[in-house]
Amino acid sequence: MASTQAAGGGAPPAAPKSRRSVTGTRRAVAALFLLPALVLLGALVVYPIGYSVIRSFYDQSGDGFAGFDNYQALFTDDGIRTALKNNVIWVVFAPTVATALGLIFAVLTERVRWGTAFKLVVFMPMAISMLAAGIIFRLVYDQDPDKGVANAVWVGVHDTFAQSSAFPKAHPGRESPLEAAPGGGFITKATVSAGTPVTLPLVGVAPDQMPDDAKRAVQAKADPDGITGTTWQDFTRGKGVGTLGGVDASELGYAGLRIEAVKDGKVVASTNAADDGTFTLPAAAEGAQLRLPPDNFKEPYNGVDWLGPSLVTPSIIVSYIWMWAGFAMVLIAAGLAGIPRDLLEAARVDGAGEWQVFRRVTVPLLAPVLAVVTVTLMINVLKVFDLVFIIAPGSSQDDANVLALELYRKGFSEDQPGIASAIAVFLLLLVIPVMWFNVRRLRREVRR
Amino acid sequence: MSKESLGSRLASFVSGGLVRVFLVVVGLFWLVPTIGLLLSSLRPPEEMTVSGWWEVFSKPSQLTFESYDKLLGNSDITDSILNTVLITVPATVLVVVIGSLAGYAFAWMEFPGRDWWFLGVVGLLVVPVQVALIPIAELFGNIGIFGSLIGVILFHVGFGLPFAVFLLRNFFAEIPRELLEAARLDGAGELRLFFRVVMPLGGPAIAALGIFQFLWVWNDMLVALIFTDADSQPITVALQTQVRQFGNNIDILAPGAFISMVIPLVVFFAFQRQFVSGVMAGAVK
Repeated sequence: MASTQAAGGGAPPAAPKSRRSVTGTRRAVAALFLLPALVLLGALVVYPIGYSVIRSFYDQSGDGFAGFDNYQALFTDDGIRTALKNNVIWVVFAPTVATALGLIFAVLTERVRWGTAFKLVVFMPMAISMLAAGIIFRLVYDQDPDKGVANAVWVGVHDTFAQSSAFPKAHPGRESPLEAAPGGGFITKATVSAGTPVTLPLVGVAPDQMPDDAKRAVQAKADPDGITGTTWQDFTRGKGVGTLGGVDASELGYAGLRIEAVKDGKVVASTNAADDGTFTLPAAAEGAQLRLPPDNFKEPYNGVDWLGPSLVTPSIIVSYIWMWAGFAMVLIAAGLAGIPRDLLEAARVDGAGEWQVFRRVTVPLLAPVLAVVTVTLMINVLKVFDLVFIIAPGSSQDDANVLALELYRKGFSEDQPGIASAIAVFLLLLVIPVMWFNVRRLRREVRR
Repeated sequence: MSKESLGSRLASFVSGGLVRVFLVVVGLFWLVPTIGLLLSSLRPPEEMTVSGWWEVFSKPSQLTFESYDKLLGNSDITDSILNTVLITVPATVLVVVIGSLAGYAFAWMEFPGRDWWFLGVVGLLVVPVQVALIPIAELFGNIGIFGSLIGVILFHVGFGLPFAVFLLRNFFAEIPRELLEAARLDGAGELRLFFRVVMPLGGPAIAALGIFQFLWVWNDMLVALIFTDADSQPITVALQTQVRQFGNNIDILAPGAFISMVIPLVVFFAFQRQFVSGVMAGAVK
């Protein structure tokens, strides 16, 4: 693949015409130089390939010949089928998105002075382990919007557009003037009238769930020209300490609670309680019942379940792209540096816009690099293990399963080495075209 | 100045601004997760269970090394950090030395079938480690090194070698013939030629390979997960056992993950050029 460039980039080695040994080496010496490498490669890489192939045709105990049974399991076992399906999703999306982002970043960073700093930031995750990246994203994806940054941002955006309610579990206490309203929420049993302050006591909101701006509740003053009242948390810790239906010293107002005055099923006036729980309605509400609409009591929006069964794979793919887009960017930027500037200039002089230059000149010239990057990432993605193993919580690991993870499970925790070997051989078969391509390309270079 | 060029200058000014905004947003997306880990590791554990790391911006007094103190007092963790070093250093040195020997032989020595042998090694570049896990686990079990440091090191050397041989052979083949011949005429023997001429000239490639292999092994979890036991496990394996109870152990995970990242990040920033060339050459892995 990209590897014909030796370190430091540059053209492939122009080997001398005749590469006869300069040293007139004896074969025995050559053998000594090669021996350590060849022995280790033979024992640790070549032998396992052969062993895995043979093992994949034997049953789980290794005693009986099983024919293609293990391979059949690849397509019948539910766990493996999920893994296969997820691997397809991975191979289709992760490399292409990472390459596309790498291309965009490489092209755009050429236009800003701090492009190098940007590249450094995006490339940095390449240096860290998948385990560390996994822990990083486990934190990012934390379900609780107070802890996970992804949901914090998501809920923040959501709540900007949809008002969230503050009193999810509030309800009337004993001997309350309120009752459940038809259609949700609560409504006063009696009608209200000006000059008589109304009390709307509720209970049930956990102390740490009270709005931050709630203040000590205050008994509303009577107002002959309007309806006044207080709504508050009518509960003081400790048996018999608080007065039922009365405002006590330590009790907080329901800051922001929505109150509607309803006459004959129609809302005639509405208001929100102040921080101390007091509220005032115009005289039009005379004789109405006060309703606390159900919106007040909805559960707060809790964000997206990033690591739940349906989103877990896309979420992990995002973390993979976070790690590998920098790789694509750096390779593509190197390719970009190799494009003659005159070519781009000529296109611009001919009146091509930036987009056209990008579409018609840059991308076609970069096509070989883009292909190399995509294929390299595909090989890499086939083997993805650590990120899935770390990020997917136990409850959704089955949904996030991939082949490499399934191989690990079958081989090392479920004691099914036959099936695990079949998965290994399957993975190997998938990379053989690339192997063949590498060898063929090098053969031309080597034999001169 | 014509009207048209003013218009196009305005357009390019606006689009330049958009490009900057876009890149800043993307840069934040890339930075925030890591910053989140760092700040999480610097907060007291009891705060971590109730609020997010961004709270430190309003309450900087929360910052503390408490979690690091506790973590570094945990001998399981410190032992595993030591194991990471004990695995990574030999695995890197061995790959560089053995790979150089073979790379040199493939580049400059004459023996039958040389190019075929080399192509065989190139073919092994893309072999997934998964293929070897089960066979090598059995092999190591039979010869009694399963669960030992030696086993993991050997495995990493085996799977590091194809790339090492490939990279170094290509680089060594570029050494000017005259240099080698001159040294030969001065009476240098094979080993002397290798250590005094070839290795020094191969410096850039060896550095790139060394850094690449170092990070590869340092960051590995899968191989160590299978081939080490409780006494020989590196930091990655020690931490993954904690991930299983994710939630109430952020005070171990966050500083642990950060400690495991420090060396790779230092290497990354100190040797950017070599790292990039290693990664570019290693696109195959």
